[in-house]
Amino acid sequence: MSARVSPEIDGAVKSQFPLLERSVHGRPIVYLDSAASSQKPAAVLDAMDDYYRTVNANVHRGAYEIAAAATELMEAARADVARFISAPSADEIVFTKNATEAMNLVARSWGGSNLGPADAIVLTEMEHHANIVPWHILAAERGCEIRWIPITHDGCLDLTDLDRLLDGAKLLSVTAMSNVLGTLNPIPRLAAAAHDAGALLSVDASQYVPHLPTDVGALGADFMVFTGHKMCGPTGVGVLWARMELLDAMPPFLGGGEMILDVTKEGFRPNTVPHKFEAGTPPIAEIVGLGAAVRYLEGLGMDAVRAHEVSLTGYALRTLTDRHGDDITVHGPSEPAQRGGVLSFVYRDVHPHDISQVLDQSGVCVRAGHHCAKPLMRCLGVTATTRASLYVYNDTSDIDSLAEALDEVGALFGR
Amino acid sequence: MAGLEDLYREIILDHYRNPRNRGELECPPAHRSEGFNPLCGDEVVLTFEMDGDTVTDLRVGGQGCSISQASASMMSSAVIGKSTDEIRDLTRAFKAMMSIHEESIGGDGSEALDGASDAAGANDGTLRLGDLEALRGVVKFPVRIKCATLGWNALATGLDETVGAS
Ligand SMILES: Cc1ncc(COP(=O)(O)O)c(C=O)c1O
Repeated sequence: MSARVSPEIDGAVKSQFPLLERSVHGRPIVYLDSAASSQKPAAVLDAMDDYYRTVNANVHRGAYEIAAAATELMEAARADVARFISAPSADEIVFTKNATEAMNLVARSWGGSNLGPADAIVLTEMEHHANIVPWHILAAERGCEIRWIPITHDGCLDLTDLDRLLDGAKLLSVTAMSNVLGTLNPIPRLAAAAHDAGALLSVDASQYVPHLPTDVGALGADFMVFTGHKMCGPTGVGVLWARMELLDAMPPFLGGGEMILDVTKEGFRPNTVPHKFEAGTPPIAEIVGLGAAVRYLEGLGMDAVRAHEVSLTGYALRTLTDRHGDDITVHGPSEPAQRGGVLSFVYRDVHPHDISQVLDQSGVCVRAGHHCAKPLMRCLGVTATTRASLYVYNDTSDIDSLAEALDEVGALFGR
Repeated sequence: MAGLEDLYREIILDHYRNPRNRGELECPPAHRSEGFNPLCGDEVVLTFEMDGDTVTDLRVGGQGCSISQASASMMSSAVIGKSTDEIRDLTRAFKAMMSIHEESIGGDGSEALDGASDAAGANDGTLRLGDLEALRGVVKFPVRIKCATLGWNALATGLDETVGAS
């Protein structure tokens, strides 16, 4: 089997990620946990290092050369991110700490001023806790109702009752791609249904933006959140995108510096969007790093990234099944074109913790646990899964290593 | 460098494959106590019968990884027929063995502190732990310590609730 999966993305990509040169327990690292956090290319590390070495100053409040340069770099990154998701304006990009904070911003600010006791929010059974708990908090406070779109046995949304669930709802908040099942949800269809019902659509794109070409307009979203560290960027920076009318009308989230136009003893006047939502000194180096990550991914081409992952996911499904047959069951859609490269699997009756422990000895990094999706775990009837997830730097050799290392799991735990 | 053979000793795998005292006793007369590890979903459900101060029978239910289930199985074999005082001593010795020593990294600081204060008990504990000794290697895998202590913590809680803390 050739190690090349797509003509655009080949072994050269792996060599651009310094961490992937290291070994673990004396074996070359096989990193298969990008759904939790991706590795970072040298381009991102260099951009952040350069920023600290040559530019570092606080943004927005300085007239001197390097302060202006820092501000410029940060605003250029905002423009990069806007372009990356085809947002109509860079002013619609709000930087947060991560996707979780971005979703809390939506719940607090938009939800807090728009939802009351008679209102309903619709979620799905496959959401990450980041798109559940902020709504639980709001619902407990405001007495609004949360409704759940169920999932089918093959891990897709069951939309049979969609219209009934949306009836009278103010918001549908849904993941574009499941971080456990890899399922790609039909966002444009959900947007149309939500809008027909008079509801807004909020999209958790944490697993989507890193892996597929993204156009917020084509998706039909009203709010979209994602997180820098899963898309080759650093930790500490996330993004909220929302339509300008919504952002304009929303009250501030956190209060402090940067987010004001004026402060008196009597009160304050909030700054314009997006600064209204960016209280305090932002994570400047991280934002610069995220800009570099976006340009890195654009350099690869997001169509090529997606093609690579579809092809590698297909290879993974085939390889694991060929080698392990009935011993392995992969959750989620079986068709690579309908899913991302997130492979949650059951191997015999070995507990995920034991699987990941044994794989680790071969340098294979996979995640075991509930993946912050406990309602989904209950639907699947498990307490945890083992998850291998793919990204641009993975190749068929990584899949082969996983498949081989699973033999050792079988040997140790075979009954 | 810790190898897998330090963690998955044959006797541990044997208890995992053939768990002892598996099941559930009727409550009442039996008492019930549960241990739950929210991080990984490991669950141990203990039901036990007391005669005066002695645990006369104990059954282990629940589900989880090999370490949590094997450790609970080994615990069940070790404590049936023992008095609450003997079980508390055994628990202390076991948890001392499970404490992270300074050269280890990561893990739960509070657990390490608990164990450190009992460090004196670790040595004479060695003499009495018997088969439980096989779990010593878990310490080299700090994230798994919580798995090994799950059943013991559940039993300690259950005994405290039943007999009252002493
Ligand atoms: C689908 C999904 N939503 C939200 C998040 C939260 O991301 P973060 O922890 O960076 O806020 C994650 C990742 O953990 C995720 O997979």
